[in-house]
Amino acid sequence: MGVVAFVVIAGIAVGSALGLVAKRNPIHAALFLVVNLGAVAVLYLTLGAQFLAVAQVAVYAGAIMVLFLFAIFVLIPGKEETGPDPRRSYRIVALPVGAALLALLAAVVVVGTRGAGSPAPAPDGVESIARLLFTDYLFPFEVTSVLLLAAMVGVMLLARRREG
Amino acid sequence: MTATLADFGIAFGRVAFVMMFILNLGGLLTWVERKQSAIMQDRIGANRASIFGLRIMGLFHPLADAIKMLTKEDFLPARADRFLFKLAPFVSVFFGLVAFASIPFGDTLRVGGRTIPLQAVTLNVGILYVFAMLSLGVYGVMMAGWASANNYALLGGQRAAALMISAEIAIGASIMGVVMWYGSLSLQDIVRAQGSLLFGWIPKWGILTQPLAFILFLTAGIAATKRIPFDMPEGESEIIGYFVEYSGMKFGMFAMADFLETVVIAGLTTSLFLGGWQVPYLYEAGFRFPWGGTLGLPHLLVVLLQVGAFSLKVVVMIFLMMLIRWTLPRFRYDQAMRLGWLGLFPLAILNIVLTGAVLLAWGSHP
Repeated sequence: MGVVAFVVIAGIAVGSALGLVAKRNPIHAALFLVVNLGAVAVLYLTLGAQFLAVAQVAVYAGAIMVLFLFAIFVLIPGKEETGPDPRRSYRIVALPVGAALLALLAAVVVVGTRGAGSPAPAPDGVESIARLLFTDYLFPFEVTSVLLLAAMVGVMLLARRREG
Repeated sequence: MTATLADFGIAFGRVAFVMMFILNLGGLLTWVERKQSAIMQDRIGANRASIFGLRIMGLFHPLADAIKMLTKEDFLPARADRFLFKLAPFVSVFFGLVAFASIPFGDTLRVGGRTIPLQAVTLNVGILYVFAMLSLGVYGVMMAGWASANNYALLGGQRAAALMISAEIAIGASIMGVVMWYGSLSLQDIVRAQGSLLFGWIPKWGILTQPLAFILFLTAGIAATKRIPFDMPEGESEIIGYFVEYSGMKFGMFAMADFLETVVIAGLTTSLFLGGWQVPYLYEAGFRFPWGGTLGLPHLLVVLLQVGAFSLKVVVMIFLMMLIRWTLPRFRYDQAMRLGWLGLFPLAILNIVLTGAVLLAWGSHP
């Protein structure tokens, strides 16, 4: 039953990811991304990572994608599909970059599963994540907060009222 | 681990109880809304619907409304995005319904050697789950606004998105204080922790330990339900809003979703700040009063009292939210944004800092 659930959820995740890429309509594409994020969250849930799953839904699907949709609403009014892509030539880069990403992910999967199976899930997801975050991964965690701060300052600079 | 028929039955019962609880309460709210406003405005209110001459204070009106909505023309705008237009109301109602799943309506029920937790789903991140489901509900509104191919609807959808984000930030930041205080993300744990007593006689409910968070959460929570005074996605006197093109039961479902969200916010407020299913001085074996008296009660009666207390607190919270809804005028869009980002959010951060300082000074969880 676990396998069936995985195949169904993974199918939804892959299908919605394809929909995201294939849809020309930006709203449809964004909604496909929401479905994809939700499906991945369910995969986390089947692995027992409740906190990760719920955080994924609350932060990515619930907040960031809402903001995305809001931006699309404001910038691309109406139901019309977006016209011809002004940066069509950039698409040449897509294939090698995509291939490199695929190779990287494959390498991560191969290296990560080489050991004696996957590690046993922690009894309480929240506490173990918090402990890791504030001990082993403290530096990346703090660097991320600096990055977010820089982004916030940048937004304020861009959005401030210009005199004259 | 083999699941027997009884296990399935129990799981089904837990889910069914929660579904019946919020669906019936949500349906009843259409009547409460009319009657409460009527009393507040010194009117009689809806009382015409009758079955065999029975009117019972207009209680048949929700039924009559449902029949009316189901038999109305189901209109589809010519330029609408057909699929999303039809999907939107379902998305709205769905997330309103599932959000209640991790809110505990009682402690545990012991029947025939089994211990049944009285909540639909036991999650150790229950509080975040409710939060996530509430935030997903806005997709229904945004899809409706966009799929209607109507500029007023689109404006409503935009406003809903902006309102939801500002409310969500404030909700998330204000519940952090509660989570820090009770040291858990599980709603059941938080409710249990509120059973202990402060100075030996005051129940340690969240409203006493986190008063600022209570006010912030309630304000942001009402904003999340998109009802007056935060109804600018709707704003019927200016843009009519995201459901302008909807008719019949699809429109009814959007109205329903708002009521369901009201029930969810009331349930969450009850669990976080009003002690959830806790009855003061009621423990597993019965009452144990701080002045020394005890009153033993059978297990089933204790459970019933707890579920009853939870229901009563939810109803009181809904009553309060309805009172606010019929008292305040609508905020202008920019006023609501300013309140969310410059009022609620910084105060919630201040609450986190204060809570952290108190916890630090106290040494550990008081």
